[in-house]
Amino acid sequence: MDFEALSTAVQKGKVKDVKNIVNQALEENVPVKEILEDGLIAPMGIVGENFSANKIFVPEMLMAARAMSAGVKIIEPLFSESGIEPVGTVVIGTVKGDLHDIGKNLVAMMMRGAGLDVYDIGIDVPDEKFVEKAEEVGADIVCLSALLTTTMPAIGDVIKEFERQGVRDKYHIMIGGAPVSQSFADEVRADCYTPDASAAAEHAKEFMNNKKAS
Amino acid sequence: MTPKQFTKLAYDSVDDFIYGSCPNPVTCKNGMVIGGGTIYPEINFTLPAMEATEETLPKAKDIYQEIITGVLDKALHLHVPGLVVEFETLPQYTEHPEWGIEIFKILRSTMYEYEEKHGLKSVFRMTPNDLREMNRPPIMRSGAYWESMLKIFTETAKEGADFLSIESTGGKEINDEAIVNADLRTSIFALGCLGARDMKWLWTNISNIAEECGSISAGDSACGFANTSMVLAEQGFLPKVYAAVMRAVAAPRALVAIENGAVGPSKDCAYENVYLKAITGTPIALEGKSAACAHFSPIGNIALSVADTWSNESVQQVKLLSGFAPVVSMEQLAYDCRLLNTAAEKGHALLMRDLLVESDCYLDPQAYIMKPDVVFEISEEIVKTQDPFLRTLHTAIKALDILDRAVENKELVLDEREENWLEMLRDQVDEIPEDEEEFIAEMKDELSGKRYLPEEYGI
Repeated sequence: MDFEALSTAVQKGKVKDVKNIVNQALEENVPVKEILEDGLIAPMGIVGENFSANKIFVPEMLMAARAMSAGVKIIEPLFSESGIEPVGTVVIGTVKGDLHDIGKNLVAMMMRGAGLDVYDIGIDVPDEKFVEKAEEVGADIVCLSALLTTTMPAIGDVIKEFERQGVRDKYHIMIGGAPVSQSFADEVRADCYTPDASAAAEHAKEFMNNKKAS
Repeated sequence: MTPKQFTKLAYDSVDDFIYGSCPNPVTCKNGMVIGGGTIYPEINFTLPAMEATEETLPKAKDIYQEIITGVLDKALHLHVPGLVVEFETLPQYTEHPEWGIEIFKILRSTMYEYEEKHGLKSVFRMTPNDLREMNRPPIMRSGAYWESMLKIFTETAKEGADFLSIESTGGKEINDEAIVNADLRTSIFALGCLGARDMKWLWTNISNIAEECGSISAGDSACGFANTSMVLAEQGFLPKVYAAVMRAVAAPRALVAIENGAVGPSKDCAYENVYLKAITGTPIALEGKSAACAHFSPIGNIALSVADTWSNESVQQVKLLSGFAPVVSMEQLAYDCRLLNTAAEKGHALLMRDLLVESDCYLDPQAYIMKPDVVFEISEEIVKTQDPFLRTLHTAIKALDILDRAVENKELVLDEREENWLEMLRDQVDEIPEDEEEFIAEMKDELSGKRYLPEEYGI
């Protein structure tokens, strides 16, 4: 098993090469956990670092994420027998009345790249749908996005809906979008505000690491 | 209405291509002339963080009243020769047109009052949202959202809206994903095939309303396409060269509005307006450094160089140290325009234009693509054919040629990752066939029918 070749294929976004190397690794009985962590998630970490260092742009990162996903898809059926648990589960959506999805898509993409299971429930999402989906998939994190000053208050409504249903404390609620700020996050009792997609992914990863360690 | 055709530029010399004037100025009912020698401020504003519902409508009306009074007082105080006020509705105020119309009336009647009492001339730009994308996939030519848009356009035009505008979204459902992938091939399909078809439909309808109601069919903006690219490039998410090419390829789509009845001034956030002005000679609105309250850009000065109205894009009614933000914007725009008008009166308009251009154009490909000589070069490419798709494709090729040349001549210095993208974008464009039918067939196979409905574009 050539981990370096797999790492390079993921970083360059070479879907076909990733599939071939992962299949070959399975034939060679390389442990699934190693393929996942060292061969697929680790190179995405390098991609994230390159992005943070302004060496690449989002499209290159997306190509890498697609290549990584192609590899994950092959080994996914073997996760439970290999004792692999997801890094964490995220539900993400744009709040009611708001149609903007590019920022939300970027967050979802970067979180997937960090190895999180992401359920994107779309745009113009009613408050109760966030709760319903988070409960259904056993989410760890719920991400709420709004781009307009007039839809931003709906973020608070979603959080109130979690409170109303008595499940608020089960979830780490992250918020973002152009008009959103830390003081707004404090006001609506969100757990976290991040200013951009990479900061959101970084925070989610850190939160899950801390959660697992505690 | 027979569509207009543009086969050559509206200017003989690039030195005549300056701010505040254009070959085909627009005269409003109150006598204000846009593009007739004076550059005017164009102010836009929005509510602070609050929900826009029926319950909050009375509060919203009070806020809008407070905003317009503050803005007009400031304009009066600073002796502006006239101004444009834009009301870009919130989605809820378009979806419930009666709410939007109520607010429109407050704003418009206050503007009339200041004109009557104080002689402050102002004109009104009405910009409803394009709600059609609320349906996914979007329903472009019928349905409740379309009817709401028609209603608010018609009622406000009847009640005194001078200009009708919109930031239309035809093809955006495809382009949103293309943008984050810097997928120029798909963007060309979205703008040149889908967007252009929708613009023809939409602007024929808007122009008919304007004609029937005594209003002016003004123009559009590819905000959700080219500006989204620009903002993501500013954040370091996308290559600047992609955003620069996206700006140029938005121009053929914008031209369709003018071909189908719009006469300007085209929308403020449409930086592709510079190509429109060169081709059609119609006045344009633009925004730059004084719109930093709404978004950042690398074209703060150059955008002002050929503007006919100068806008702040939008700002919330929030209190700053000096006063409310829309009033602050009003002052900034008033001084920007005052300086430019004084320069023009003293015979220095061309010098002023060139200073605005040169202070930005070599620092970013998105600014370079707006240099007046580059604008003419791209515009000449656009008018070589009448086909919107071919115009879009050829504009992309021309823009890439120009950026390559600028890098080679060391007029533009790009970092390595940007230069790599010039080549990658060229590869994408090279894959596109010159035959539109063939291209549409290719894209139909690639794009899931769930994302867009070809029949909504007449395909």
